[in-house]
Formats: sequence, structure tokens, C-alpha cells
Amino acid sequence: MLLIPCPYCGERPEIEFTHGGQAHLVRPVQPADLDDEQWAQFLYMRTNTKGVHAERWRHARGCGRFFNALRDTTTDHFLAVYKSGEAPPAA
Amino acid sequence: MSKQSFSALSLIWRGLSRHRGWQKQWRKPEPRASYDAIIVGGGGHGLGAAYYLAKEHGLTNIAVLEKGWIGGGNTGRNTTIIRSNYLFNESAALYDHSLKLWESLAQVLNYNVMFSPRGVMMLAHTVHDVQVSKRHVHANRCNGVDNEWLEPAQAKEFCPPLNIEDNIRYPVLGAALQRRGGTARHDAVAWGYARAADALGVDIIENCEVTGIRRDASGVTALETTRGVIQSRKVGVSAAGHTSVILGMAGVKLPLESFPLQALVSEPIKPIFPCVVMSNTIHAYISQSDKGELVIGAGTDAYTSYTQRGALHINTHTLDAICELFPNFRRLRMLRNWGGIVDVTPDRSPIIAKTPVPGLYVNCGWGTGGFKATPGSAHVFAWTIARDEPHPINAPFTIERFRDGTLIDEAAAAAVAH
Repeated sequence: MLLIPCPYCGERPEIEFTHGGQAHLVRPVQPADLDDEQWAQFLYMRTNTKGVHAERWRHARGCGRFFNALRDTTTDHFLAVYKSGEAPPAA
Repeated sequence: MSKQSFSALSLIWRGLSRHRGWQKQWRKPEPRASYDAIIVGGGGHGLGAAYYLAKEHGLTNIAVLEKGWIGGGNTGRNTTIIRSNYLFNESAALYDHSLKLWESLAQVLNYNVMFSPRGVMMLAHTVHDVQVSKRHVHANRCNGVDNEWLEPAQAKEFCPPLNIEDNIRYPVLGAALQRRGGTARHDAVAWGYARAADALGVDIIENCEVTGIRRDASGVTALETTRGVIQSRKVGVSAAGHTSVILGMAGVKLPLESFPLQALVSEPIKPIFPCVVMSNTIHAYISQSDKGELVIGAGTDAYTSYTQRGALHINTHTLDAICELFPNFRRLRMLRNWGGIVDVTPDRSPIIAKTPVPGLYVNCGWGTGGFKATPGSAHVFAWTIARDEPHPINAPFTIERFRDGTLIDEAAAAAVAH
């Protein structure tokens, strides 16, 4: 089980968290302006990175807040955590 | 080239002559400079595709590239369950095509894949489960796929270790049984396809990792590998959890996420478990291998990863369910657990299709249930590569379905929720 460093609460066990997938996916401001290809890109296409991956987490059974993390998907090590809305730090 | 044929007589003869004179089952060739087609990924799906390309489409100047050893990925890590009782027409056609190939695979390959149609029983624990299961039974029968409804006492009769008392948290209210379903020997599937493909001239190249895909305006031209550049105008990628990585080399983005999926086995015991039992609601699936181990499948971890390991609490969650359903297994010790990386699509159905790059084909997205589909998937993937168009069975399983909204949403219909 991973120990995940919540930026608000500190390290907590993985079972307190839910994983929110790839970070920094911005919902289109005017979805009606998108064609089907662009909409599919937003909804379904993912980087599925092997290496340093920026992803969302939610401390669902703790403080309840969303945050972002950089995690290496080849080791599961957390390299950095940062708050929603912030740019990812250099890993 | 000639290969030894296996039969009961040949086994007895070799046994009596101290097992001398067995041939190697496949060659270990150096890669050639160029092939008519290359399959990336030496699991069951990839080796099978090479076999069917050679056997049914006359392409024999082909290679299978495997970064590790054949069958060492998800083919050797899964729980070997075979069934075809999927809800939707497209899925039923694909998985039943596969099941029909399983039934004669040992004879066709002259290799004992130990296919054992011992029955797959899927439990219902709630009123909702009962309704959904019965809907599955009817949908399957409309598609010519066998499936039948069992009341709890009938389920107990079919699988005596099952606890059907009503004093557990999720009592068994019935079960759907596919008698044609069962298990097979996973390693033998990889080895059988490898041996048969090799005999038709296919080069199986292990320890050969693809590091780049070269293209020109007309499509794929070559693969860069750890064993040099290999030319080919047709490349079929069958790389399971690493498909996004490989296709990324050609600039193709896919609707895939890779998760760890775990399985575990108990210490071996005498035959006690006659079938396969699955439960969606409380997440358990279990069967007994011919070695006597109980083979148990856990769920996927919550996060994407390429580590081929998962968290212990995922396993204990499944064991909680197993112990409640089969109280006499409570004192068993678990012998080993391991993980594989599965590539999951948003609708939990696979992709077997052409890609936007000419000459580049992909067979991926099998998620948590690819083993059962090995022969059928390989068969239609070979067709797609050879003819540059999909077989009618895999025609719905495109990448474009996510753009066009023609999803095959087995996610809502899966046997086990992952």
C-alpha cells in the first residue's frame, strides 16, 4: 500500500485516497464548438505515461480535497505533490 | 522443417527411452534485415496472430518480437478463465469465436493446451444481480451462447464447496452457468502457438525490445529495436499494458490506461473445486489448477502503473470474499501473488483495428480479461493485418468508436467489476 503525501494532511495510507486520473485536462469552455474528434480527445484519449506522470488525487477519506501529484509509474514513487490550479513543479 | 508430432504413443516411447531425442520446440534465430510482417509482443495474442498469418494467409516471412521471454507477460500471469457469456452482440460474437477455437486448439496445434470446459458459474447475491444475470442468460441464448440459470441448491450441487447459507453478508441467490466455459494451461498456449508458428517458418525473437517506429509518407517502414533496425511495411502491435508506449513511438494516442492487476495461488491441495466460480458483487474469482493450487484473481489497483505489482489490500479484499463463500478454505495458506499490467479502455472492450498510420495495426485494450480471447483475437487480428481490413467479427472494435459514440459498453456488463 502506498503512503501518499497529501499537501494538506501529510503522509497517509493509500486507502484514504481516490485516484482521479491524468491531471491538467481542462474541460472545453464551449463544448458545442468542438467536433467529435476533439471531444473524443478530451473524454477518452490519455497519455498513459510510463515514467513521470502528473495525476489528480483526492484525499476522500481525510480532508476531502483534490490535489495533483507527480508520480513515477515505473516505481510508484511520489516525486512531488502540489495544489489544484498550480503548474506542475520540475520533477 | 520437420517437427516431432506429439501423441500418447510418442510420449510413452520417449518415456521408455529416457526422454532422449526430444527436439527444441522452436528455433532462436537472429533477426533478419527485413520481414513481410512483424508482430510486436510474444504473448498468446501475438504468437497466435503470427501462427494464423502463416497458416491461413500464406505470410511466412514474419517475425514476433518479444522484449522479454515469450508468454512471460500477462499470458503467464492471468487466472486462465475461459468463457464467452458477454452481454452485447459484438462481444458475444468475438468471445464465442474464440471459445469455438479453444475447443479444437490442442488438436490443431498438436500441443496439449489442457483446455478444460469444466463450467464457469457466476454468482448473484442481490435482487439486482439476479435480474442482471437472467438478462445475461437470455441475451446469450439469443446469440447462440450457452448459459443457464441455477437456483442456489443447484449451484451448490454443481460446486459442493459453495456456501449457500443465508447467514452471510451477501448470500448466494442463484448463479448463471456457462458449461462450455472453463480453463486452459496458459504457458502451453504460448508454447503451442510458438511451436506451430515456428514450424511454418515464423522467426520468434526474444530479448528484442522495440525502441522506435520509422515511417515515411506511405506508412510504417521499419522498427528500431535493441537488436538493430528491422524493415517491414506491416507491423501488428499486441503489447498489452505497454501498447500506449509502443504506439506513442508512431505518434498514435489511444484511449488506454494501464493498471496493475493481481492474482494469487494457495498451497496445492487435493482436487476439491470442480469448476470456476466468479462473483461480481463481492469481487472474487476462483478455480483449481491441475497442480492443486487454488487460483484466485484480485482486482486492479486504483492508480495507473507499469510496476507489475500491486497493493496487498487488493488481495485481502478478494480473500475476504473467498473465505465467506468457501468457509473450508479459511485455513489455507496463500503461496504466491504477482501482478501484471493490463491496458483498460473506457468501455472495457478491446481494440483490434487499423491505426491512423498505414501498415500499423493494434490489438489492445483487453483489460482484465484477455486470456479467454487469445485464439479468436489472434485469428481476427491476423486477418486484419493480412487483408488491411477488419474481419467482420472485429469490425466494431475500432479506435474510432470512441469518436463516433459506438461504444461496446461491457463495463456495465462485466463479470467482475474492476
